[in-house]
Amino acid sequence: MFDFLDKYDLLGAFWTTVQLAVLSAVGSLIWGTILAAMRVGPVPLMRGFGTAYVNIVRNIPLTVIILFASLGLNQTLGVTLGGGNDFETINFRLAVLGLILYTSSFVCEALRSGINTVPVGQAEAARALGLSFGQVLRLVVLPQAFRSSVVPLANVLIALIKNTTVAAAIGVAETALLMKEMIENEAQLLLISAVIALVFVVLTLPTGLILGWVGKKVAVKR
Amino acid sequence: MTEVSVAKEDKAATGELVVLKSVNKHFGALHVLQDIDLTIQRGEVVVVIGPSGSGKSTLCRTINRLETIDDGSITIDGKPLPAEGKELARLRADVGMVFQSFNLFAHKTVLENVTLGQVKVRKVEAKKAEEKARALLDRVGVGAQADKYPAQLSGGQQQRVAIARALAMDPKVMLFDEPTSALDPEMINEVLEVMKQLAEDGMTMIVVTHEMGFARSAANRVVFMADGRIVEEATPDQFFSNPRSDRAKDFLSKILHH
Repeated sequence: MFDFLDKYDLLGAFWTTVQLAVLSAVGSLIWGTILAAMRVGPVPLMRGFGTAYVNIVRNIPLTVIILFASLGLNQTLGVTLGGGNDFETINFRLAVLGLILYTSSFVCEALRSGINTVPVGQAEAARALGLSFGQVLRLVVLPQAFRSSVVPLANVLIALIKNTTVAAAIGVAETALLMKEMIENEAQLLLISAVIALVFVVLTLPTGLILGWVGKKVAVKR
Repeated sequence: MTEVSVAKEDKAATGELVVLKSVNKHFGALHVLQDIDLTIQRGEVVVVIGPSGSGKSTLCRTINRLETIDDGSITIDGKPLPAEGKELARLRADVGMVFQSFNLFAHKTVLENVTLGQVKVRKVEAKKAEEKARALLDRVGVGAQADKYPAQLSGGQQQRVAIARALAMDPKVMLFDEPTSALDPEMINEVLEVMKQLAEDGMTMIVVTHEMGFARSAANRVVFMADGRIVEEATPDQFFSNPRSDRAKDFLSKILHH
């Protein structure tokens, strides 16, 4: 029944999906943290930028962002992100860039809700010791914010893993693109859909369960 | 030459440490601090009392600029309070603060709470900072709890750790913002004992409190505030036995006759 799968590189596509997800997750965690720092910071210009960024980017469909990365950045502006003439590499990198730009707005808001769970007194005590704004954020507020953001961040990560399928729109050879190819070539619609769904559940279910457990484990006791 | 240096030392030992001059602050329409003039000498223990909403906590918090002021001036050890940035952080390191709700860093152990400021602000070596932290924790009687997290300690223990955390910075002056108001009655004394000890050791202290016993026994001076003003300043004896203002008489009659 599963014989037809031998003709396709399902493992390779799965691996591309994992790479897209992991690289985008790391990138959006970093950029999202910077955005969150801007949004809670004392500099009005940065606060304004952070707020504007989040409210614009999170409201644009991911497909539009990914397509713009390919058609706008690459084909019109000639951005290759160091990929040379290798379109597979260029498109993969553009997809990661698009996913980072998009997902970081959600990471920022998940973190900001985490920051709001840290009592004001924690930052006041840190300032009273003579720590600078950056130190207060880095040493006292963010470590506690991350701990209480694990579960909302897990939600963002699960959404990101599934959102990697949008990269198919610019031809990145990940799982959803393979699914389209298989559906076109084989008369096994239900089976193919089930296999692909399983691939994603294998990724997302443990992510949710493990991070849920981690979230409980690292929760700050007050 | 010698005389000059002696005179200088005298000034250093007894001079003015914290000076507030015509300080005003508003919260919206509410004038919470009205023309506050207050001078605290080095080594002095000043207790600020008054009814709720009289501005005493706000006053305490303006001294290390956790609250900004609208006008007037605050100087600490001769230097005006800087508005922002590194200068302000440096000054705050010299002013210890103890909060009503302890505010120990919840994700760090007791020991880490007391070493953090030393290492990150004073740039003390980690090992030396730990030695000092352990000595201070022993001094306030919670040495055995060093490796626990704040949530595992009682309120009284947490507040004593908070005092140790502030002392670790070698502050010139300590601010106490209602340090016993969030404590169970049986834990109040263990914190007051530590504060009395500090006062006897010559620490300059500004204490906002409702503990009249502490005011009587440890304060050099009592400052009575009401409605954003300093209504009366006197020695504890004078104030408690013979208050001059009606407002103070009223306040004392309400809290002392039970």
